[in-house]
Amino acid sequence: MTAAPIIDIQDISIGFTGLSGSTLPVLRNIDLSVRPGESVGLVGESGSGKSTLALAAMGYLKRGLRVLNGSSHFNGDDMFSQSRKSLEHIRGGKLGLVPQNSGQSLTPTLRIGAQLTEALRLHSKLDQAQYRARVLELLGQVRLPDPEAIYARFPHELSGGQQQRVAIAMALAGEPDALLLDEPTTGLDVTTQAHILELLRDLAAETGMAMVYVSHDLGAIARVCDRVVVMYAGEVVLESTAKQVLTAPTHPYARGLLASIPKLSDPHLPTALDGRPPAPGKAGAGCAFVDRCGIASGLCRSSRPPLAAGPGGAMSRCHHAEQANQLPMTSTGADPERSDPNAPAALALDKVSISYAKQGLIEKLLGKEDTRPVTVDGISVAMKRGETLGLVGESGSGKSTILKSIAGLLPPAGGEITFGDGGHLPQEVERRSNDHLRRIQLIFQNPDDSMNPRHTIAEILEQPLKLYFGLKGQALHDRSAELLERVRLGAHYMTRLPSQLSGGEKQRVAVARAFAAEPELVLCDEVTSALDVSVQAAVLDLLNELKQEQGTTYVFVSHDLAVVRALSDRVAVLYQGRLCEIGPSEDVYALPSHPYTEVLLGAVLEPDPDYAPKLTADDVIELAPPAQGCPFQRRCPRKLGAICDTDSPPWQQQPNGHAVRCHISLEELNRLQVDEARSDETPKETLSA
Amino acid sequence: MSTTAVPQNTALSRFTGVLGDVISRPSGALGLGLVAAHLIMALISPYLSPYDYKEMNAAMMLAGPDASHWLGTDHLGRDVFSRTIQGGREAILVTGIATPVAVFWGGMVGIFFGLIGGRVDEVLMRFVDAFLSLPWILKMLVLIVTFGTGIEVLIPTLAFFYGIPVIRIARAATHDVVARDFVSAARARGHKRLTIMRRELLPNVLDTLMVEGAMRWSWMLLAFSSLSFLGFGVSPPAPDWGLMISDARGYMSFAPWGVLGPVIALSSLIIGINLTADALAKALGIDRAQKAPV
Amino acid sequence: MLRMFIRRLFLGLITVALVSLIIFAGVEFLPGDACTAFLEREAQGKILENCREELGLNRPAAERYLEWAANALQGNLGMSANGEDSIGSLVGARLGNSLLLAACALLTGVPLAIVLGVIAGLWRDRPADLIVSTAAIFAMTIPEFVSATVLILLFSVWLGWLPGIVLTSADAPVAEFFPEIILPVIVLSMVMTAHILRMVRSSVIEVMNGDYIQMATLKGVPYWQMVFRHALPNALLPAINVVALTIAWLLGGVVVIEVVFNYPGLGRMMIDAISDRDLPVVQALALIVATVYVFVNLTADMLTMIANPRLRTLYTRK
Repeated sequence: MTAAPIIDIQDISIGFTGLSGSTLPVLRNIDLSVRPGESVGLVGESGSGKSTLALAAMGYLKRGLRVLNGSSHFNGDDMFSQSRKSLEHIRGGKLGLVPQNSGQSLTPTLRIGAQLTEALRLHSKLDQAQYRARVLELLGQVRLPDPEAIYARFPHELSGGQQQRVAIAMALAGEPDALLLDEPTTGLDVTTQAHILELLRDLAAETGMAMVYVSHDLGAIARVCDRVVVMYAGEVVLESTAKQVLTAPTHPYARGLLASIPKLSDPHLPTALDGRPPAPGKAGAGCAFVDRCGIASGLCRSSRPPLAAGPGGAMSRCHHAEQANQLPMTSTGADPERSDPNAPAALALDKVSISYAKQGLIEKLLGKEDTRPVTVDGISVAMKRGETLGLVGESGSGKSTILKSIAGLLPPAGGEITFGDGGHLPQEVERRSNDHLRRIQLIFQNPDDSMNPRHTIAEILEQPLKLYFGLKGQALHDRSAELLERVRLGAHYMTRLPSQLSGGEKQRVAVARAFAAEPELVLCDEVTSALDVSVQAAVLDLLNELKQEQGTTYVFVSHDLAVVRALSDRVAVLYQGRLCEIGPSEDVYALPSHPYTEVLLGAVLEPDPDYAPKLTADDVIELAPPAQGCPFQRRCPRKLGAICDTDSPPWQQQPNGHAVRCHISLEELNRLQVDEARSDETPKETLSA
Repeated sequence: MSTTAVPQNTALSRFTGVLGDVISRPSGALGLGLVAAHLIMALISPYLSPYDYKEMNAAMMLAGPDASHWLGTDHLGRDVFSRTIQGGREAILVTGIATPVAVFWGGMVGIFFGLIGGRVDEVLMRFVDAFLSLPWILKMLVLIVTFGTGIEVLIPTLAFFYGIPVIRIARAATHDVVARDFVSAARARGHKRLTIMRRELLPNVLDTLMVEGAMRWSWMLLAFSSLSFLGFGVSPPAPDWGLMISDARGYMSFAPWGVLGPVIALSSLIIGINLTADALAKALGIDRAQKAPV
Repeated sequence: MLRMFIRRLFLGLITVALVSLIIFAGVEFLPGDACTAFLEREAQGKILENCREELGLNRPAAERYLEWAANALQGNLGMSANGEDSIGSLVGARLGNSLLLAACALLTGVPLAIVLGVIAGLWRDRPADLIVSTAAIFAMTIPEFVSATVLILLFSVWLGWLPGIVLTSADAPVAEFFPEIILPVIVLSMVMTAHILRMVRSSVIEVMNGDYIQMATLKGVPYWQMVFRHALPNALLPAINVVALTIAWLLGGVVVIEVVFNYPGLGRMMIDAISDRDLPVVQALALIVATVYVFVNLTADMLTMIANPRLRTLYTRK
């Protein structure tokens, strides 16, 4: 490829003025060039500066930031010295942006049609009369069903995936030469994400536009990018072909990052990458990664390594790029602790149904039958002491709702929850004894929300200690300090407020708070979803360790199938608040499985450029389950026929506890799924060739 | 953030931090200065007054400002300066007691019902709405006309009526907090309702209540002086800005000094309070302008 | 949507009913009644008994409340305490006058507040914003009677441009209130403008920081088109409710202003009635004012719901 770069960023540094008055850089001396038709991935964890870099390509800076040095050109125009008018012409025209979180990036008071028409009016030479037809064409191009209907809708009337497609259509309206995508699939369900990525691949192939894909997710990057730029603490640390970055990276950070990603193909716990990147302005004279690096030397502390060509042609910012190859990049984490099948019972859910609606007062008084719509229905699960049960499903599947019910925050509308050896467990938290309360603990998804911002870490940890054990004075203090040490935080954290901790540290405190109660059952609600991958691995590791020590039982809820696999003995798959499949994790993750599990597994992305997801069902978001029949009937790619619409499917039990709830027999599923996969392989190869 | 520095997060450090933030803003420094000056003046003005505020002088009626009467005299020959510097004492005393009482009871009720939610909460809100739909002046006047205008009537009356809108504010703030996971976490741990109110809700609603208190204070002063102005407040011959303005208005065309003193005094106090409230709201990160003055 | 509207209307009616109950109970709870007020010093023994008998004040409170409420529903507000005038006839023209004052204040204040609020919000922390915001604090906090006094002193006493007091009689035609109404309108709209403009300013600032404004900019939408098409519709939606609440709050201020300017409206009538302890009139006025308040807020809720597509779907789905 010899064409001149379309996006050409040279030696750019961007920073802001800190409270002390000094200039703190968030980007340091970055070069980035993208040629026509090329797709480049920008990878990094939160705070690495990847989004700032992408916006700099548009000549845009967030409030408070300024360019310290360097330049950013698009098609030869310097984006930071353009007139307002010419910037307006380029942005949304030849250079499009697909933002993170399209839901908030579409103007809430304007209909989709109006917003797309506006983009056309600004950036195309069409006649007024042709606008509508072109908008509908664009909506069709991003594979939105029923463009006419979408045209007349408001943004909030669309699902997350649909909003993202509209944002892509809006960028396409200007017939761009280059498209910047800022975390375009973050926050979407796996199936939706996989569909959007396929769409982007196809669009890139159709239109020949260049793409800059910003993401923290190496799996997504692997799917759409030819070349990958890895960023760390405002610097480029590695740049090479996607294949090389993902399979043989020559920078220790990239290797550590890859090792920290849980993978479906690997049932081990991922390897944690301890520490955290330096804050802006805090990187010393040496390498920014030095404190977390396994092969750092004295040289790394004293001098900042240059971005230099290393083995295999990759550009790596490492003094010891050759040695980096020796670092592991697959998970070396411990085997997850497996439970004892003969352990006593820990928790049982019997035909539990849960409703968010409140029963009307009048109906209650009249003793009428409870007719509330149930979010979760017919959940029966029994767990043994020391077992980890993973609950997976897309958003709205009711997985967190079940945890709330077990914790007593949302008493079930029907069925019963029993705890331990059959002793009665009152369903409402207010009626539970102190002992029951102590034995069941809950850890929330977002530590920012689950810890009182006004309490110091000591106060947060002391609450359960005072409540359950009546500790006071020195004993209370010592025990809190001990707990902090246990989650690898020092006692000096005691006087801090949650806002003075990083995300990973906060979640450790949340774990410590749960374990302060010396619980038997810990309910983990998406506990790693708000964290960066490298931090996530450390939290998973911690949970596993605590389980080893204390024989705790976990119910582990996550939307991330790989994370669940890494920790769980058994996995239950939920769709629309109904169980589809449950069993030992290796069985659930292997075929044959319920068609919904198959869809989910097919959509998971792996950080491997040769791995292609298998998309078998549409990414429709259903608001409510069907009134009768199988809950998955509307999206099922293997639907049999009328029986699925009318009859509730039976549980097909296997001797090892694996059970699938489907009208199709397991043998038939096996034939369909395994054989088809085999016959699929050949045509796929020819297609891509 | 370095990992070695141990931050101090005590109530005192937070208080001084917020105070420092308020003072560092020009509007906050000016506002706090004005309020402090008024408070000090209210305490020491009896000792500073050149004349007795009720001392009449038939020979010196409506005299213009001069060396002996800096702000002239009123229609009864009383010294306007002496009356002006003492004119805020009763207002500050009454509202200074009534404001914390109003914010306290309204805040507690609001937090309690915000936590409980459900039907009880809705019924209560109907009553609050109904109460708020009556203009403050009507409610106040009816009670004052019946029970008199002594401070033993004014303080409870103001404290009662001005606590009702606080219920609404505290309840709304509580609803925002109750939806957060740390309250669920406290419930799931099994804390009692009162503990949750005190430990989880109150610290997070307190900021809103503090700003609310500052605003209530200025509105109460406004109400108090309006009542005096209308002749339903402080009884003559006691000095009060509202009353003084009301008295001097009739002679405004030829003796404007009679209104200027109390106008400037009253306005500077109320503006001072509002500037402080604004700076406090900014320091605490609460958007004050979003709130309607109910 | 219709169901929601009916539900809101129903809640509004319940509030009005509660208000009427509070008013009635409040007056009941006060010492003295219509007879003690009417008879004054002679209010004792036999005469008082007879009077109470005559006015039906001996009957149980619940019965009297129901009668009062039923009459009020039919538009019959009863007789004033002197027993001579029907309250309806007293209120008629004065209600119109008060509404005229409020309408003039709204028509000048609201547009002004929106324009100034948007300017202050768009040029946040620049000189224009500082001037507008500082002026707003002054206008908002100074009591009405103080600003009225100062304005009268300035425009009427010193400059002699505008009349400082209203001399027109209560039932005069609308046109005769000009130019006397100008100063009262200015005072009334000053406070209101300040409140609304502060709210608009902070709403504009919040919206301008939003993701969709950044997106519009990065989509190449010209600045003013972005402001008018993307930012303002979203920033001004919450203003509707604030305007309504401000109107309600002003009802208290109107009373003071009417007294200061001698304006023949409901507010002055209220003060007179309270001074005379004319309880039936006080009750009637309280009920009228509360009803206006409730329905202004109801209208604002409805308008917001119609103008905000998010709320619209929220309520049509349910």
